[in-house]
Amino acid sequence: MTMPSQGIKPAIAPPTLWICEDCDTVYRRRTLARGEVARCVRCDAILARHHSLSVSGMLALVITAMIAFVQANVWPIVTLGLNGQLISTTLWGCIVMMWRDNAQVVSVIASLTLFFFPIIKMALLFWVLLYARRGRRAPGFRQVMVLLYRIGPWTMSEVFVLGSLVAVVKAHMYFDVLPNPGIFAYGVLMLIITAFSSIDVRRLWDLTEEAPA
Amino acid sequence: MSDAGNLPRAGDLGLIGCHVCRLVCRDVEAEDAACPRCGSPLHKRKSNSYMRTWALLIAAFIFYVPANVLPIMRTVSLGDVDDNTIMSGIIELWVKGSPDLAVIVFTASIIVPMLKFVALGLLLVSSQQGSRWALRQRSKLYRLVEFIGYWSMLDVFVVALLTALVQFGFFSQVEPLPGVVFFGLTVVITMIASMTFDPRLIWDGRDFDD
Repeated sequence: MTMPSQGIKPAIAPPTLWICEDCDTVYRRRTLARGEVARCVRCDAILARHHSLSVSGMLALVITAMIAFVQANVWPIVTLGLNGQLISTTLWGCIVMMWRDNAQVVSVIASLTLFFFPIIKMALLFWVLLYARRGRRAPGFRQVMVLLYRIGPWTMSEVFVLGSLVAVVKAHMYFDVLPNPGIFAYGVLMLIITAFSSIDVRRLWDLTEEAPA
Repeated sequence: MSDAGNLPRAGDLGLIGCHVCRLVCRDVEAEDAACPRCGSPLHKRKSNSYMRTWALLIAAFIFYVPANVLPIMRTVSLGDVDDNTIMSGIIELWVKGSPDLAVIVFTASIIVPMLKFVALGLLLVSSQQGSRWALRQRSKLYRLVEFIGYWSMLDVFVVALLTALVQFGFFSQVEPLPGVVFFGLTVVITMIASMTFDPRLIWDGRDFDD
């Protein structure tokens, strides 16, 4: 899926065009002013946004996300208290418990969308951005960019934040519940993801040049 | 809208765009064309979009029935066994916990999946008939479906967290039940279905029937 296919390679059209992904309308590219968003006249999809964040800024955001992610996974998310006993769990605690409790499918979905895909995504972004800062393409750039595009929709950390909130309230019906630092780290992660969501990482294709062979 | 109708489309100009890296290429009309920049296969339209989206949508709907009928979670508290379905969980949250969160869970687990079934079904039928009705709105509907898709995973994560928390040797305990598995699968399959649908078909009229 991520390997370059061996098919016929058509000629590249001049890089002065945008094609709307939702309706195939062709536009001439133009430089956008600060905060400007180019939309398709036909279907209203976003063609391009002005990039207020530099490549170094994106790299800084990814590193912050990585730190928040480590904290979110190491620190417990919530603590339950009952009859003086305190019990807490981390994300991995949930995944392991679902696996043992005959809900392996759920455990696999959760571990992929909440742990493995986010890690892969952050690591790959870190890798390409590190080189892109100097306008270069990282080794394996092509495969990394394709993989980033594929796993994009399958990272769900922000859904988990809302899920933990609901779980805290539900558990509160029966027990004493205390939110722990892990949930706040997830909150920070949610903010970073939101900040990142307006950035089209595919612009790195245009910002970098292939290293001469 | 009349001026928008005159804008050129990629097919008219002999161009083809790569979705993975957004490179614009000259269309060679070959089955196995690949993007010269990122190597991904180039298709004028996603292959067999109608058939595959229909199949996935129907599969997701079949899973959605047990997801709602079967309980998703069991709470055992001082010998009281209580099996919750998605709907009864929402009602319980409304009554005992917080009505705001009940509304959020209701939206994520009931409204969003239903909306996806109806919206994708509508897009499929109308595009297959080459309908010119509400084209712009249908495009927006598609983007909405893509955007909200994964928020339905909310309830699955709630059950996972509660199970883990309460499992550690209390008198009371929480167990996941099969409904949650079906629900998780429904969400994953509807996400794949919305990715398989090609939004450009909305604008194609009858040209691209397959």
